[in-house]
Amino acid sequence: MAIDVRIPTILRTYTDGAKQVEGTGSTLGEVFTDLDRKHGGLRDRLVDDGGLRRFVNVYLNDEDVRFLAGLDTPVKDGDTVTVLPAVAGGAA
Amino acid sequence: MLTIPRDLRDKIVAHARRDHPDEACGLLAGPAGSDRPERFIAMTNAERSPTFYRFDSGEQFRVWRDMEDRDEEPVVIYHSHTATEAYPSRTDISYASEPGAHYVLVSTRDADATEFRSFRIVDGTVTEEPVTVAE
Repeated sequence: MAIDVRIPTILRTYTDGAKQVEGTGSTLGEVFTDLDRKHGGLRDRLVDDGGLRRFVNVYLNDEDVRFLAGLDTPVKDGDTVTVLPAVAGGAA
Repeated sequence: MLTIPRDLRDKIVAHARRDHPDEACGLLAGPAGSDRPERFIAMTNAERSPTFYRFDSGEQFRVWRDMEDRDEEPVVIYHSHTATEAYPSRTDISYASEPGAHYVLVSTRDADATEFRSFRIVDGTVTEEPVTVAE
């Protein structure tokens, strides 16, 4: 089972510059754990004690997984997971 | 150094004024690797706050996907401060996630004058850069 994962510029230091990597798993959380085996440290940038990190957007195909089941979102062969750091900030 | 066409600079300022006192945000897309801002894209501030901004996640996905299809990248990421100076805050620095982009800050704290400044934010370090407005 191959899940296509798109990696944003700022995380490509973990993937030797690759903007696209493959992972396996039946949920998003499992895919991230799988990726971390090949690209150590990547999972920590995506997940913290509370689940998905707050200012990282993760999409399963076209949908933000926060509106699905977060890390428990089921994934299947041929799905694309896209990671985009949130663009945010403010005066404070 | 940021070189920006006058009409794009004016659109950023107009957007900031329109959304005041909430922070306005958006980006200028340009051909990948060119460092040329060409396309103005105002974004919805999902926080709708006078002190915080965040691109709506669904919009961001569509815009980033569209840029990829067009072989573009975000050349400028802009937002406004509505009561403080046009300088990156600690929050701006910690969330800066596009190391190749010029971060433009606009301040609308003064009704008669708009501050417009540009910065690089890489690995937590802020460097101000000159802005050249091209006709």
